[in-house]
Amino acid sequence: MEKIDLSVDFAGVTLKNPVVVASGTFGFGREFGQFYDLSELGGICVKGLTLHPREGNPPPRIAETPMGILNSVGLQNPGVDGFIAHELPWLREHDVKIIANISGNTPEEYGIMCEKLSRAGVDMIEVNISSPNVKAGGLQYGVVPEMAAQVTEEAKGHSDVPVMVKLSPNVTDITAIARAAAEAGADALSLINTIRGMRIDVRTRRPVLKMNTGGLSGPAVLPVAVRMVWEVAQAVDLPILGMGGVSKGEDAAQLMLAGASAVAVGTACFADPYAPLRVRDSLEKIAAEQGLARMSELTGGVKPW
Amino acid sequence: MPMTKLCPIITLRQLTGDVFSLTLEAGELARTTRPGQFVNIRCGEGLLLRRPISVCDVEGSLLTVVFQVKGEGTQWLSRRQAGEKLDVLGPLGHGYDIPQGKVLVVGGGIGVPPMLYAAKCCQEADACVGFRSADNAILLEELNAVCGKVVIASDDGTLGVHGFVDSLVRQALSEDGYAAVFACGPRPMLKSVARAAKEGNIPCFVSMEERMGCGVGACLVCACSVGGHYKHVCKDGPVFNAEEVDW
Repeated sequence: MEKIDLSVDFAGVTLKNPVVVASGTFGFGREFGQFYDLSELGGICVKGLTLHPREGNPPPRIAETPMGILNSVGLQNPGVDGFIAHELPWLREHDVKIIANISGNTPEEYGIMCEKLSRAGVDMIEVNISSPNVKAGGLQYGVVPEMAAQVTEEAKGHSDVPVMVKLSPNVTDITAIARAAAEAGADALSLINTIRGMRIDVRTRRPVLKMNTGGLSGPAVLPVAVRMVWEVAQAVDLPILGMGGVSKGEDAAQLMLAGASAVAVGTACFADPYAPLRVRDSLEKIAAEQGLARMSELTGGVKPW
Repeated sequence: MPMTKLCPIITLRQLTGDVFSLTLEAGELARTTRPGQFVNIRCGEGLLLRRPISVCDVEGSLLTVVFQVKGEGTQWLSRRQAGEKLDVLGPLGHGYDIPQGKVLVVGGGIGVPPMLYAAKCCQEADACVGFRSADNAILLEELNAVCGKVVIASDDGTLGVHGFVDSLVRQALSEDGYAAVFACGPRPMLKSVARAAKEGNIPCFVSMEERMGCGVGACLVCACSVGGHYKHVCKDGPVFNAEEVDW
């Protein structure tokens, strides 16, 4: 049997295989790097970075739900300078693409972070536009197309590496945000971020999360992710990193058929540190069964009714 | 180094109404486990998160955990049979550093089990343990086998001293010299044990609990405020210096 070409060209960045790990589920790689060589992965979206260090939200920060989890970590991170000084050099020792995920309070902050990170030598920047926007009084960049465009432009204007914009699913029409980011110059899109949710302890009548609400991830969100990737793939001509509830090869294949060029594994890492590698291997098996020469042939291959 | 391993169940025993003792053949995982560390056990296919359970005892390649049935996951776990295999991730976390000399181990309720292995690893240890009532008492025989003295308190007076375990700790610290206090139990108990140890000028190390995700330090959900910053129970802890915990 011919060896399948697993590599994918993703906005000009060559991933050795289409399986990336999702931001916020993999830290800066050190922990899961105890289990296997990080070079096995297509890429690593690092824990969300902000311009200044952040302590994050008070606990509890996690709640289990039917086939999902809610989290409200609140972007605890050492800040972009701390990442560049203490985490990036170690990550760079591995043959894996490093995607820096960033969140800003203002468009200018995104620009400053992009400048620092592209100078420091990350392979790509993932712009998280689902974080609270202080300037606009609590609105989110991810839900207003004009603001998504403004942040994308600022990031692009200050970055020497491809810029991927991470879309929030908490919108009426995700294609409107996708188009705005594309027109503002985004090189790629990633979706979906978590879906806002809530769980209440019936006995105490308290929300399980200290922040009351949080972001839902895990297998429960997979069909939403597949649908949104499919919609966005038809709306814009940009490579898509699909994510949301991927825990096996078939899930990843669904996202690719819907239009994703690569996929990210996130919450599945919590139950099984090896999940990204298992997804990669079973994705390869699916491609082999379908007689494909290249994994990328799956992308956009859905045959809608 | 943590590892994932399919571990056959050797025994699963009910200790009290809702507390079970589970012994696994865990090979290298058991042999590398330090006192105060925990394992993260997969509880069925439908639950996405593993259940973190502190290690109660290690004998060669056998690893014992004692857990309380609290929800779906632990209920599933309590219904396993000897011979079945469990998906175990461990050993995890920063445990107790064993000092020279005698240690006072302090456990409350389901916080008692990790004290057994801790006591066993010390040169010498005494124990103060507290339970809600006589019906909830666990591991007394095992503690007696590895400790010099074991003193008991119960909330309702049905076993040992009527009252809380921190009064026992104060008494023990006044009667004897200890190199350190190790404690595990409900947060209010840990807080008062920490205060008692501080009054006695004895270093105190406490095992903290918080809702956990990955168990290895990647997802950052199990935040615990230590020294004015959020540390993570699974990686920086579960054992922290009580003086540094922001009570």
